[in-house]
Amino acid sequence: MIYEGSATAVAVFAAFVLTVLGLSFYLGARAKSAQGYFAAHGQIHWFVNGIAFAGDYLSAASFLGICGMIAFSGYDGFLYSIGYLAGWIVALFLIAEPFKRMGKFTFADALDSRFNSRGIKLAAGSSALVVSLFYLIPQMVGAGSLIRPLLGFPHYVGVLLVGMVVTFIVVTAGMVSTTWVQFIKGSLLVFFCTILTCMILQRGLKTDPGTPERPYHVFAVLPEDEVLSVPGRTVQPLPGHWKDKIKDEAGTFKLVEKPYVITRDVGTEVVRVWRKAGRDNRARNLLSETQVLTKTRDQNGAPLTLVNGVKQGTKKGEPDLLPVGHIRSLPGGQRETGALSPAEFFATLQESEVVLWGSDGIVEKDTHGKEISTTKIFYQKPTKGAELLVPGASSTFAGLRGDKSSAKVDFLSLMLALFCGTASLPHILIRYYTVKDQASARKSTVVGIASIGFFYVLTLFLGLGAMTSGTLDLTDTNMSAPLLAQSFNPFLFAVISAIAFTTVLGTVSGLIMAASGAMVHDIMANFLKIEMNDHQKVRAGKLVAVAVGCVAMALGMAFKNMNVSFLVGWAFNIAASANFPALIMLLFWRGTTKQGVTAAIGVGMLASLAWILLSAQAYKDVYGLDPEKALVPFSQPGIVTIPLGFAVLIVVSIATRKTGTAEAMRSRSGTVG
Amino acid sequence: MADPSAPDVPVIEHEDEATSARNARVGMVLFVLYLALYGGFMGLNVYDPQTMSKPFIAGVNLAICYGLGLIVAALLLAAIYMYLVSGKAEVHK
Repeated sequence: MIYEGSATAVAVFAAFVLTVLGLSFYLGARAKSAQGYFAAHGQIHWFVNGIAFAGDYLSAASFLGICGMIAFSGYDGFLYSIGYLAGWIVALFLIAEPFKRMGKFTFADALDSRFNSRGIKLAAGSSALVVSLFYLIPQMVGAGSLIRPLLGFPHYVGVLLVGMVVTFIVVTAGMVSTTWVQFIKGSLLVFFCTILTCMILQRGLKTDPGTPERPYHVFAVLPEDEVLSVPGRTVQPLPGHWKDKIKDEAGTFKLVEKPYVITRDVGTEVVRVWRKAGRDNRARNLLSETQVLTKTRDQNGAPLTLVNGVKQGTKKGEPDLLPVGHIRSLPGGQRETGALSPAEFFATLQESEVVLWGSDGIVEKDTHGKEISTTKIFYQKPTKGAELLVPGASSTFAGLRGDKSSAKVDFLSLMLALFCGTASLPHILIRYYTVKDQASARKSTVVGIASIGFFYVLTLFLGLGAMTSGTLDLTDTNMSAPLLAQSFNPFLFAVISAIAFTTVLGTVSGLIMAASGAMVHDIMANFLKIEMNDHQKVRAGKLVAVAVGCVAMALGMAFKNMNVSFLVGWAFNIAASANFPALIMLLFWRGTTKQGVTAAIGVGMLASLAWILLSAQAYKDVYGLDPEKALVPFSQPGIVTIPLGFAVLIVVSIATRKTGTAEAMRSRSGTVG
Repeated sequence: MADPSAPDVPVIEHEDEATSARNARVGMVLFVLYLALYGGFMGLNVYDPQTMSKPFIAGVNLAICYGLGLIVAALLLAAIYMYLVSGKAEVHK
């Protein structure tokens, strides 16, 4: 869809960003020392820190990715909500207090507090860097998605804008302003999403989500003879390359024509593609309306985008993809329900039939195998509400309903990674050093859990509300939440988008802080033994922050087509595989040695990274190769690589026990900070 | 680790060993409780997905009730933990 920026949107947006920047300047004047820059002097109040946890954690992925996934495929996005929150239980009950007791600045400090090992510092520092970078990708992708409809800029401008603003925030004030940015954003996000949820319930469910100002095109599903009997309408043959490769019973592949019918209206010359949609109860063949997006080049070789065969544009007569998202039938044949209670909302949706959308990609090549055009046909998939509200409706988790065990293992693997990942995320862990003691660490975690949990409950309403709002963009699942706000009014759209944008700012600044701390404190000062005074450390931290910001911008542009929630899933996998075994064993097993910790982090990080890069999902979305050829059986490595980390740690620790613990005993007095 | 370059490190008030150990025990018990709930949800999804679509409370299916339940359970357990830990810490002092 093509978006046009609006003055309100720009004004609201500018107000948000300027407030955040102003605050950053004001607070920045106060943080001068390394302790101040990297850990906010350890003086943040526990309540502020708790909400800042929410601001840090409720990233673009939680807000944009989960809502988008629920809006396009139902319950499955909510699985992420459940997993993300469950991870906080691990953080609260197992990690928070001992972790606070052990360290000072970074994750590596804590791991290394019993030993004094350069190996651990290098391993923990690098894993913090890798995880933060992986986590940065989806945030930047989300930023780009947001800026497009809001200000009308292309994707890369959004990425650059976020990158520069955040780097600026981090460089001016470090952890103090980062914390306050996250606090503000966390509060705003939860507050406005609550309002949005109330509005969804107040509106209820309708079969035609349009309003007088914003009419909705209800997509047709009609009997074939009705479609074809329109005067002046002729049927055209399908293009030769519209074929599906199908394996027949004998196991040989053959090409079959795709299930579409193309009609052309004489006079208006409107060309439509219809998808064969089974039969109705009177045994008539049905055709359903589709939307077709074609990317090709004009005679001069310039990129050209066609919608339903005509050049895409916003002028009168030029077509654009239409917004989607409607209910085909409500229980009892109602047209609209009126206000609903939360339970009624789910119960009604369960009895309804909702139109979801599938897509079919077709590539046209010339005789030399060179690509001429790519066509995407978006077609209606009427789906029973009862199927939507249980796991397994999306392509990611479809395997849950089948018999293939690899798909089930993939699901368990992701849920395990989310469970173990939260408490292993460096940017979450450093937040424990901004409060003064263990009791504050504990209290702020509980505040965090309360606000994050409440928000995740809202995601289910927001996602399902967006699914039926009639404003979804078929080409961008990540925009569902702001577009849902647009279905109420444009001002709310501007506010929600600006909050989502500050969401990205908050999370990205936390991540850059974590990466910068890891680089300067762990790798430069402690591993490479570069002598730096306090002032130099802060300056190095700022330089690293700028570098990380630039890398993040580049990655954000490279990965722009992936669902941000999925990308975050990967970051959790790496964090859980590399850091979780080391953290848990160090806290709960006295036999842990420094070699064990180093090996576990290294092996966990490399194994999960390699697995991800060799997975079907990476083949399909990153390299554009055939996913069937992927080298690993499922996409989420956690279920293999987390136990692997534990195993490596135990084996190496046992093998090196004598030297390791003896050294630890000797150096213990000198290492506790 | 002593870090001479950071002179303004605040003195961190540690809770004493016994309190920490008690907190850790309470935390572990609650953690195992939650783990069982979470594991149950995963198990149902993998081994018996049909059950998830059955209406459970007020016409809302089990998948939604259990999912929201897990979030509420996390809040409840966190509250219980705070209560137990703070109570014990005071008794100990």
